[in-house]
Amino acid sequence: MPEIRVTPLGAGQDVGRSCILVSIAGKNVMLDCGMHMGFNDDRRFPDFSYITQNGRLTDFLDCVIISHFHLDHCGALPYFSEMVGYDGPIYMTHPTQAICPILLEDYRKIAVDKKGEANFFTSQMIKDCMKKVVAVHLHQTVQVDDELEIKAYYAGHVLGAAMFQIKVGSESVVYTGDYNMTPDRHLGAAWIDKCRPNLLITESTYATTIRDSKRCRERDFLKKVHETVERGGKVLIPVFALGRAQELCILLETFWERMNLKVPIYFSTGLTEKANHYYKLFIPWTNQKIRKTFVQRNMFEFKHIKAFDRAFADNPGPMVRPAAGPASTSTPVGLLSSAGVVFATPGMLHAGQSLQIFRKWAGNEKNMVIMPGYCVQGTVGHKILSGQRKLEMEGRQVLEVKMQVEYMSFSAHADAKGIMQLVGQAEPESVLLVHGEAKKMEFLKQKIEQELRVNCYMPANGETVTLPTSPSIPVGISLGLLKREMAQGLLPEAKKPRLLHGTLIMKDSNFRLVSSEQALKELGLAEHQLRFTCRVHLHDTRKEQETALRVYSHLKSVLKDHCVQHLPDGSVTVESVLLQAAAPSEDPGTKVLLVSWTYQDEELGSFLTSLLKKGLPQAPS
Amino acid sequence: MAAHLKKRVYEEFTKVVQPQEEIATKKLRLTKPSKSAALHIDLCKATSPADALQYLLQFARKPVEAESVEGVVRILLEHYYKENDPSVRLKIASLLGLLSKTAGFSPDCIMDDAINILQNEKSHQVLAQLLDTLLAIGTKLPENQAIQMRLVDVACKHLTDTSHGVRNKCLQLLGNLGSLEKSVTKDAEGLAARDVQKIIGDYFSDQDPRVRTAAIKAMLQLHERGLKLHQTIYNQACKLLSDDYEQVRSAAVQLIWVVSQLYPESIVPIPSSNEEIRLVDDAFGKICHMVSDGSWVVRVQAAKLLGSMEQVSSHFLEQTLDKKLMSDLRRKRTAHERAKELYSSGEFSSGRKWGDDAPKEEVDTGAVNLIESGACGAFVHGLEDEMYEVRIAAVEALCMLAQSSPSFAEKCLDFLVDMFNDEIEEVRLQSIHTMRKISNNITLREDQLDTVLAVLEDSSRDIREALHELLCCTNVSTKEGIHLALVELLKNLTKYPTDRDSIWKCLKFLGSRHPTLVLPLVPELLSTHPFFDTAEPDMDDPAYIAVLVLIFNAAKTCPTMPALFSDHTFRHYAYLRDSLSHLVPALRLPGRKLVSSAVSPSIIPQEDPSQQFLQQSLERVYSLQHLDPQGAQELLEFTIRDLQRLGELQSELAGVADFSATYLRCQLLLIKALQEKLWNVAAPLYLKQSDLASAAAKQIMEETYKMEFMYSGVENKQVVIIHHMRLQAKALQLIVTARTTRGLDPLFGMCEKFLQEVDFFQSFVDKLLDLMPRLMTSKPAEVVKILQTMLRQSAFLHLPLPEQIHKASATIIEPAGESDNPLRFTSGLVVALDVDATLEHVQDPQNTVKVQVLYPDGQAQMIHPKPADFRNPGPGRHRLITQVYLSHTAWTEACQVEVRLLLAYNSSARIPKCPWMEGGEMSPQVETSIEGTIPFSKPVKVYIMPKPARR
Repeated sequence: MPEIRVTPLGAGQDVGRSCILVSIAGKNVMLDCGMHMGFNDDRRFPDFSYITQNGRLTDFLDCVIISHFHLDHCGALPYFSEMVGYDGPIYMTHPTQAICPILLEDYRKIAVDKKGEANFFTSQMIKDCMKKVVAVHLHQTVQVDDELEIKAYYAGHVLGAAMFQIKVGSESVVYTGDYNMTPDRHLGAAWIDKCRPNLLITESTYATTIRDSKRCRERDFLKKVHETVERGGKVLIPVFALGRAQELCILLETFWERMNLKVPIYFSTGLTEKANHYYKLFIPWTNQKIRKTFVQRNMFEFKHIKAFDRAFADNPGPMVRPAAGPASTSTPVGLLSSAGVVFATPGMLHAGQSLQIFRKWAGNEKNMVIMPGYCVQGTVGHKILSGQRKLEMEGRQVLEVKMQVEYMSFSAHADAKGIMQLVGQAEPESVLLVHGEAKKMEFLKQKIEQELRVNCYMPANGETVTLPTSPSIPVGISLGLLKREMAQGLLPEAKKPRLLHGTLIMKDSNFRLVSSEQALKELGLAEHQLRFTCRVHLHDTRKEQETALRVYSHLKSVLKDHCVQHLPDGSVTVESVLLQAAAPSEDPGTKVLLVSWTYQDEELGSFLTSLLKKGLPQAPS
Repeated sequence: MAAHLKKRVYEEFTKVVQPQEEIATKKLRLTKPSKSAALHIDLCKATSPADALQYLLQFARKPVEAESVEGVVRILLEHYYKENDPSVRLKIASLLGLLSKTAGFSPDCIMDDAINILQNEKSHQVLAQLLDTLLAIGTKLPENQAIQMRLVDVACKHLTDTSHGVRNKCLQLLGNLGSLEKSVTKDAEGLAARDVQKIIGDYFSDQDPRVRTAAIKAMLQLHERGLKLHQTIYNQACKLLSDDYEQVRSAAVQLIWVVSQLYPESIVPIPSSNEEIRLVDDAFGKICHMVSDGSWVVRVQAAKLLGSMEQVSSHFLEQTLDKKLMSDLRRKRTAHERAKELYSSGEFSSGRKWGDDAPKEEVDTGAVNLIESGACGAFVHGLEDEMYEVRIAAVEALCMLAQSSPSFAEKCLDFLVDMFNDEIEEVRLQSIHTMRKISNNITLREDQLDTVLAVLEDSSRDIREALHELLCCTNVSTKEGIHLALVELLKNLTKYPTDRDSIWKCLKFLGSRHPTLVLPLVPELLSTHPFFDTAEPDMDDPAYIAVLVLIFNAAKTCPTMPALFSDHTFRHYAYLRDSLSHLVPALRLPGRKLVSSAVSPSIIPQEDPSQQFLQQSLERVYSLQHLDPQGAQELLEFTIRDLQRLGELQSELAGVADFSATYLRCQLLLIKALQEKLWNVAAPLYLKQSDLASAAAKQIMEETYKMEFMYSGVENKQVVIIHHMRLQAKALQLIVTARTTRGLDPLFGMCEKFLQEVDFFQSFVDKLLDLMPRLMTSKPAEVVKILQTMLRQSAFLHLPLPEQIHKASATIIEPAGESDNPLRFTSGLVVALDVDATLEHVQDPQNTVKVQVLYPDGQAQMIHPKPADFRNPGPGRHRLITQVYLSHTAWTEACQVEVRLLLAYNSSARIPKCPWMEGGEMSPQVETSIEGTIPFSKPVKVYIMPKPARR
């Protein structure tokens, strides 16, 4: 029995360290190769020894697919390919290929330089690893080998995120990676065609959430920033370098443009600048608006957003604007320079530039900090979000937070409705949930089974799900036969099974359906005729000829749409079925009716015998 | 030799076929071999299929007269039988279809042939094309039942074809020709009664998506032709909603909509339960579900159709805005709900804390439905869609539904307000317009107003102006709301001073709508103090004027308000009432009689008397006939003066008054011209006199053009009378020319032209028509003589006044023409001048309004603005915002150019048939050409300075 086997090495009932093994029709594919943020020991990477104990990974895996550039989906890649050892192809989209090494390098720096870890992958390893990458385009079908093919679909989420369809013969699996079903300011919504895979492996981060419209949140965000800036305050937005940062930039940039604002927006340099560069290059991966206006202007070439200027952070605070005299109708920009917006990394205010700026600005109640994402416990971000106003900094210093603290979540994952929508779009035979918490998955699993009537699985890490498949076997049919059979049916009945007479020839592992004559010819066989004969006893005292005549008239009246003939030699034919009446010598009262038909007319023949066995109707005489 | 052969073919052909042609079409006057003959020769010459195809393509480019169509068709058919190449046969088949569409040709004679060749055809493509031809024939003969039945039979026969193209065409044929009355077919000569709907319905499950689409389209076509579709189709169509192909789904959505409109009240069961609901509700739910379809084409289609489903029950309607939120399995309130709650609880914090939106109550896991089959959240999804086309469609649908249901309007408000922040300007604009349309049904809450007003800072002028329009008709619930609106509008004013007029107008309506809310704000707004006199504000400050406009308009219906004014306010009122009378209403101010008396309402005649006055003065004029010329002139002069004054006083009647005054002026001019004693004097002596008469003729012509094209609401009756007047003027001109010019040659041309015009102007004075035979035969001198007597006898025609008549007018807002700084640019290059103008009562401004630039050297330039430069902010009003490119050679000093708007007209475009333009190909050009122009705005002077180019 053919089957599809799926084993999550990471992200099974968990978020982080995405790594899923799929065996489909003898091919082994690894989906994503991520790290876990929660661990600093061996557990941060998937356990690759599970795949094979002593053999080389290259021999076992046919390919590796990376869905997008987030570290929990690609963080373990250099370790896997260079340190564990894998030389096969690694597939990812072009933007992922471009941005992924930046993030890996950043990750390496933090791990090695900051935390001083040994035995970590090196920069050279990242480079070597990236050499093994094969980039794919959206909707491009890539032949990995003769049988295995993969195809990427747009997934939203971050620039270059893709869903992948893995197909061998007629069996297929779709892996969604992370995706977003509602468009945002810079990316579109995920989309997949009705590809009807055997299995859909979907993320389920927000399995138990149905989200509100994004517009309210955007409006709130803009209003808050605008108000603060109008008051002459400063706004700090701690962000991670990629993804949300660009979305917020676009949001603010267009708002500034619309509202004709002059207040400066700064972006902390470094990683983000590099990333913005890539965003400029990958316009086809963004949303409708950016794609359409690209001819006039690349939206990522920000007009209002400038590289960060250190002097700005040190600017003591909102200066009091001198009362505008009658002469000066327009305020020079210099006077407003105290107000402004700064994007700074990292997003949780635990270190780096964002924390520095925060410390400088926290004391002024006119300023504001907006946290655009979730903060891990223990970080400054989490503390201020939970309402702490006095923070202990290193060196026993106490920082009083007077600035306003806002929380504005812009998440780029599909919510429960979105997941259901995608499942509905793809129409899979079964669904497998990964990348989510077990408890939440449970709910979604139940819903999917109830409402979509589709099998649903949620394996834990290391647990294997086996799905039996019934692969369809293609059979070639000769055109002549098909047309002949088609001509018999009158009305089109598209999806109903139809009876077809033919001969199936199996030769060299391919199947052909041909007409029996052709089969005989091809195989060089002579045709044998198979005839069935049957005797039916009739009570009739008359002569044979008369009996035959009675049978003839009876059949003629019953079988209106068949050709019933009375032959001169006294026999009766119905199409090719022959009926002959004979008088056995022993009993003159009964006549024996001989019915004979060929194998092809089996249906009609058996009908006739059963009809005649019931007897002839009494003659009116 | 070859040349000789060719010649032979030609000769032979002319010998054989030509006579046939003559017999078939007797009226034909052939001077050269007919088209069919030429075609035949070409086709005979063709050696290869490619050649033949080329000939056919060339042939198809030229039109064929109705008389020779049949001949051509015969030739084509003949070749068709001989032709082996399917592509040539295909072309012939398509030509047959084209030819049968020729006007004036009845294609029933070629139908038999077409059906005949259909039966022997093997190629699927040619078959499909032939069926298309049959369709063309069938649609040409809608009356002929027998032919239609035959065609339907043919179509049914070919429905089983293996090619999708053929099946497509068959279905199309069925949809277009399938008989509407089943009963008729039944008793018609025993032909098997075909239930077209059943046949088409069977193909809903065809294996080819293109055929399925064609089947649905055919069904829709049947519906369009007035056949009532069976309700059973509904279930079939519902199955098609889950089709794999988007075009099928899109068509199915349409079909479901059609059925739901046909049988809104019938009851359908809900699958998997015992409940039943109305069909329209069920269909609504299904279409709502399609708003989250995978293909955006289907989504647009579905969103659009939702708007027109007005019979749906309110319960279902409101579900479309409902999306049950949850977070970690706990029920969560939407931001809208929270905002509403905050507002009603009186708090003003806007939920800034983290966890403020934390979910409260637990959700019963069993009860949550993630995939609603019903209408849940359809609009929430539609408005959030990735493609702006879908969002616009959703906004439009919301608008239509909200207009029919006030409670829904109230509910969708939050969503519309959210759309004000869409990233695409078109969507924002559309949602603002939508909001304006439903504003009668709604009252804005303060927090909503806040969001609305935030958009006032938008840098796009269209958005701001649309928003001003919206505020004009918005209901605000509190005085804080009014205050907020005022503050934001003033902010807008300082940021974009060009919005001044729009903002003032907006405040005018805001004030007059909410007098009671403005009342408590007055002291604060005027910054008056109970004890101290405050400084008098600057009267020229646009912001202060804006505040005053708001207050004065509120005071109109609030008699207690003026008591709060300080002295200077009254002075300012008097000033504004005079300078901005369209914004400041007349107030009944205590003890201020003197100030306001000049324009006090008592003097302005009430609506009815003035109407009466107008009627009376016009009636008086109709007795003109019986007066002596002197008296008639005087009467006309008086009446014109009266009418003009009336028009100035009563803006509602201005159009009518101006219109009739212009007409009377024409009459006056005509009378004056005819009055001259020197008419009978011999030609040479007449020279001096001609000045007045010809000037009069010219002016009358101008005035008649104005009457015809500058007024909207002119009906045919009036047009005829105007034409009558113009013809009189032309006759006058002719006479004058006849008398002043020597020699007959120029006169001949003029006479001919005049007679042509008379000919085409059928409704010219009856007598003139009676005289037509004489006029036609007589010499120019005689014509002039007849005309002269005719003209003097011609009666004054009564001009019936149309119901509504408005004079087109335009005001150029920008350039203002006040600037002393010349616009400098390098000579030979261009400079763009922004032109902003409002147009009132202009019909079809895209085609008629032009911008004219007059340079000081007399050079005039006419600019055609792009259609997109016209916006339509309200009924009867248009706004032209365009750029005019100026260029000139170098000047030594700055000089002024004049910019004005012109109304282009073309009198022949109004008349359906113009006899002297018989050549069919000419007419489309004539339609767009401009016969003349009427300036209809005050010219604005712009100072420009082209500098010589520096080398």
